[in-house]
Amino acid sequence: MEMTSAIIKAASAIGAGLAMIAGIGPGIGEGYAAGKAVEAVSRQPEAKGDIISTMVMGCVIAETTGIYALVVAILLMFVNPFGA
Amino acid sequence: MDGIKILYTFELPYLGQVVITETVRNSFIVVLLILALCLILTHKMEKIPRKMTQKAAEKLVLMTEKFVVSNMGSRWRAFTPYIMALFGSSIFGSLISLTSLRSVTADINVTLTWGVVTFIMIHFFSIRQKGVLGDLKGLLEPIPVLLPMNIISELATPVSMGFRHFGNALAGTIISTLIYQALAGLTTLLFGIGIPFLQVGVPAVLSLYFDLFSGVMQAFIFCLLTMIYISNATAEE
Repeated sequence: MEMTSAIIKAASAIGAGLAMIAGIGPGIGEGYAAGKAVEAVSRQPEAKGDIISTMVMGCVIAETTGIYALVVAILLMFVNPFGA
Repeated sequence: MDGIKILYTFELPYLGQVVITETVRNSFIVVLLILALCLILTHKMEKIPRKMTQKAAEKLVLMTEKFVVSNMGSRWRAFTPYIMALFGSSIFGSLISLTSLRSVTADINVTLTWGVVTFIMIHFFSIRQKGVLGDLKGLLEPIPVLLPMNIISELATPVSMGFRHFGNALAGTIISTLIYQALAGLTTLLFGIGIPFLQVGVPAVLSLYFDLFSGVMQAFIFCLLTMIYISNATAEE
């Protein structure tokens, strides 16, 4: 019985780590958005305010999948849904 | 990491068990803070403002109104009070973690409730403008085959809004807890004394990002998304 719970705990920890691989996606996406925003600001410095708010908006949407992964990882780490 | 502490439970007839958690207590503290701030800022208002408090209050209202009008158009000016209330409770709810209380937004019940309120408002305004059939017809666009997808994406709106805010606030809470524990371990490891003096100062720098920046940003984003969803749902063709 102790073995079972140990295996479940270990698998939950590994699963949490694997879930956070999803962090790559938002990282690439937000970096790309920020890079394009820098290009846009350097081309048209007077439109800086609009560009920044649009970029933040896009970054937030891109971040959603990362947040989902984070919630899954947190659930696996701290809530123990499989009853270890 | 500790979960949300349950402070008090009691039984109510017909409603069953009522649980008073840390979140409920801290929410009431936030409500009282905002109420006090409103009362102080609007105390003895005059037609031509001379006091700093009234000037600050007018500035806040005008800033929010500009924010709403620039995102939703001037016919939604009446939306300002709701956005200001949402922004205020979100920002104070996140920043209350600076006083070592647990932040209100690090509880899924709070953020998911705000998400559901937004969802209801989207459909209320959509139905008021287009009628029930007009609102439902939006699910069949652009082609009727996409109906299941559209239903899922409608239901995902409140979930994604709630989880986004909750995830950010909870991640900040967890990271600051981990940092405090790591710094306590580091002091015992390096100097072999039981007083964790490395905990002084170092977490403050990180708290600047995880509590202040992230809290303000998420409050801003939640209001922005609410406004964009509602003005999209009622866009005139």
